[in-house]
Amino acid sequence: MWDYTEKVLDLFYNPKNQGALPDNNEAGVAVVYGEVGSIACGDALRLHLKIEVESDRILDSSFQTFGCTSAIASSSALTELVKGLSLDEALKISNQDIAEYLGGLPEAKMHCSVMGQEALEAAIFKYRGIEVEAHEDDEGTLVCSCFGISENRIRRVVIENNLTTAEEVTNYVKAGGGCGTCLTNIEDIIEAVQAEREAMPAKLAAEITTVQEQPNRPLTTVQKIELIQRVLTEEVRPVLLADGGDVELYDVDGDRVLVTLTGACGSCPSSTATLKGAIESRLKERVLPSLFVEAVN
Amino acid sequence: MQNSIRRDQPVIYLDNNATTKVDLAVVEAMLPFLSDYYGNPSSMHSFGGQVGKAVKEARDHVAALFGAEASEIVFTSCGTEGNNTAIRAALAAQPDRRHIITTQVEHPCVLNVCKQLEKQGYTVTYLSVDHQGMIDLMELEAAITGNTALVTTMYANNETGVIFPIEEIGGIVKEYGATFHVDAVQVAGKLPLNMKTSTVDLMTISGHKLHAPKGVGALYVRKGFRFRPFMIGGHQERGRRAGTENVPGIIGLGKAAEIANFELNYLGREARLRDRLEQGLLNSIPDCQVNGHPTKRLPNTTNIGFKYIEGEAILLSLNQYGICASSGSACTSGSLDPSHVLQAMGLPYTILHGSIRFSLSRFSNETEVDRVLEVMPGIVERLRAMSPFNSDEADWLQGRQEAILSHH
Repeated sequence: MWDYTEKVLDLFYNPKNQGALPDNNEAGVAVVYGEVGSIACGDALRLHLKIEVESDRILDSSFQTFGCTSAIASSSALTELVKGLSLDEALKISNQDIAEYLGGLPEAKMHCSVMGQEALEAAIFKYRGIEVEAHEDDEGTLVCSCFGISENRIRRVVIENNLTTAEEVTNYVKAGGGCGTCLTNIEDIIEAVQAEREAMPAKLAAEITTVQEQPNRPLTTVQKIELIQRVLTEEVRPVLLADGGDVELYDVDGDRVLVTLTGACGSCPSSTATLKGAIESRLKERVLPSLFVEAVN
Repeated sequence: MQNSIRRDQPVIYLDNNATTKVDLAVVEAMLPFLSDYYGNPSSMHSFGGQVGKAVKEARDHVAALFGAEASEIVFTSCGTEGNNTAIRAALAAQPDRRHIITTQVEHPCVLNVCKQLEKQGYTVTYLSVDHQGMIDLMELEAAITGNTALVTTMYANNETGVIFPIEEIGGIVKEYGATFHVDAVQVAGKLPLNMKTSTVDLMTISGHKLHAPKGVGALYVRKGFRFRPFMIGGHQERGRRAGTENVPGIIGLGKAAEIANFELNYLGREARLRDRLEQGLLNSIPDCQVNGHPTKRLPNTTNIGFKYIEGEAILLSLNQYGICASSGSACTSGSLDPSHVLQAMGLPYTILHGSIRFSLSRFSNETEVDRVLEVMPGIVERLRAMSPFNSDEADWLQGRQEAILSHH
C-alpha cells in the first residue's frame, strides 16, 4: 500500500475546487482550461483557470481529474496554490512545490505532481495563445515510446528535480516504466546533463579569469562574437532547450546583437519580450555592458 | 497501515485471491508444533518421530484434497517455489526438448521464469486469451510440437477467476509426450480435484490461499514422473525438496486441506453471495461490466470494470469503509502498466484502469456484501463527478487516445 501523507488523503477524501469553472462571460474575465494525460496513461487532468485580464491574475481555479489518490490530491493542491497568483508567478510553480504542499509524495507517484505543473502551463499557454503542442517538447527525439516521452522532456525533469537515476525519471514522468528498453537511453541523458552541470562552473571561472586578466582591453569584433556565441551556447541555450525553445545568433552589428528565437518561445510576443530581456542582461553581464539584443524572424 | 481506517469499524475482507484469513482451527492445530512438539521429523528419537507422524497425517489430508496418493505430495514454501520447481523439473525430465508453452495471463512466477528461460535458449509460446479471458485450444494445437518439453498453464486466473479447460489441454499435451504442469494456486479448495483421473503431471498449490498460513505450499508430482529436485540438500520429502520441514506450516496446510475438502460441498453458498454482489453492482451502477467469462469462473471471484475512473482511487475510497479489494490498475501495481491479464484480454483503457476485483471466502457473509452494495454507488459517483471523462465528452477521450496511440 502506498504511504500517503495525511494531507494527500485529506485532499483525496475532501477535495477542494473540484469540477469545471462556469464561464459566465463576465467582462474583463477569461475562463480557460489546460489538459494533460490520457485515459490510456491512467491519469489525466483538466485544470480550469479564471483569469482577470487587466491584472493578469488568477481569480479562481478548479480541476477535473481521472486518476489515483495522489493524482486527485495533487490536482486539488495545485488549484489552491495558484489562486491569487499572477500568471507569471503561477508559471514558476514547479512540481516540487505541489509535492511540498502535500507534505511529500511517494517516489513512484511524483509524476502526479508533474502532471499538475504541466496542466497549469498548458492552461496559461492556451490563454496566452501559445501553441501548446509546440511547447510540449515532443518535438525532440522520442525516447520512451510506451508513454510518448521525448528527450527534451526528460532533460527538463532531470534538470529541475536534480534526478540522478533512471528509476527516478520513471517515477517523475513515467518514461522507462513500460517495456523498459529506453532505460539505458535515459541513463545516458542523465549522464549528459550531469556532465553539463559539472562543466559549467569551470567554464564560468575560466571566463571570469579571462575578463579579469584583461580589464581595460577592448574586445576585438571576433572576440566579441566568439564570447557572445559562447555565452549563448553554454548558458542560455541549455535553459531554453529544456523548455522546448532555442536561440541562434544571427548577426552582431556593433553593440546590436541579432538573435532568432525558435520553438515554444518564438511564437509568443510576451514571452519573446521577457526572453529578449533575459538574454540581454546575461550578455551585458558576461560580455559588454553596452550590448543590446534584438530578435529577428 | 494508514490511520484512515477507523478502528471501531470492522474489516470487510473481499481480497481472498490475494491471501486468506487463517482458519482458527488451523491455528489451533499448529500451535503445539510451535511450542511443545519442536522435534525434527527426521530424528531417530520418538520426540522427533511423533512430529514425523503428524507431518504424515498432514500429507494424507493434502493428498486427499488433490485426489492423489500421499507419496505424490511434496511440501514447499509457497506457490512461487512450487511453480519454479515444476518448470525446472519438467525441463530436466526431457532435456532434449527446448520448447515451452504457457499463456499470457500467468502469474509472474511463471511468466518471469519463462522469460529467463528464453535467455537460456528455450523457445516459449505465450498463448493468447480472448476478451473473456479464455484460451483457444486450436492455438495450443498449432503451437505444440515434438520439441515441446512443457505446457504450463494456470487452472484458474487470479484476477478474473476464469477457469481453463485443464483436461482438454492435458489431452493435447499427452499426444505430444510433453509434461503438463498446472498452477492451481487459486483453485485448491474452490474446485474439486482428482489427480487419479487427470492428465496433469505436476500441480502447484499454496497454503495461504486456502486459510492456511503463508510460507507453506505443496506440489503434486505424478507417480512415475522423473522428478529432479530444485532444492538440493538432505533427504527430506524423499529427496525431492531438501531442507528441514516447516512443520507448523505443514500441519496448518494439512488441517486447512482437511477443512477445504469438507467445505467443497458448500461452495454454492459462496457463488450465490458472489452473484448477489456482482448483480447488485451491475444493477445499481451504470457503465460497468464484468471482466472474464460469465460462467467458466471460480465461484468466489468477480472482476468488474468501472468506466472513466481509476482503480486505486476506488480502492482508497473503499478503504475508508474498511472494505478490502484489489485492482488491476497501473497505479495500484507500482509498475506503470495496468494488469497484464486484462491487457491480454484486449479490454479498452476505460475498463482497464477502473477494474476492481472482489474475491470472497467461506468467511464472507451477506451483511458484508450488502455493505459494499450500499457504499459502492456513491464512491463511483463521487469519482466520476471528479473525472474529466464521461460518456458526454467522449470526444476528448477519443482525441487523447489517438494522441497516445500516434506516439507508438
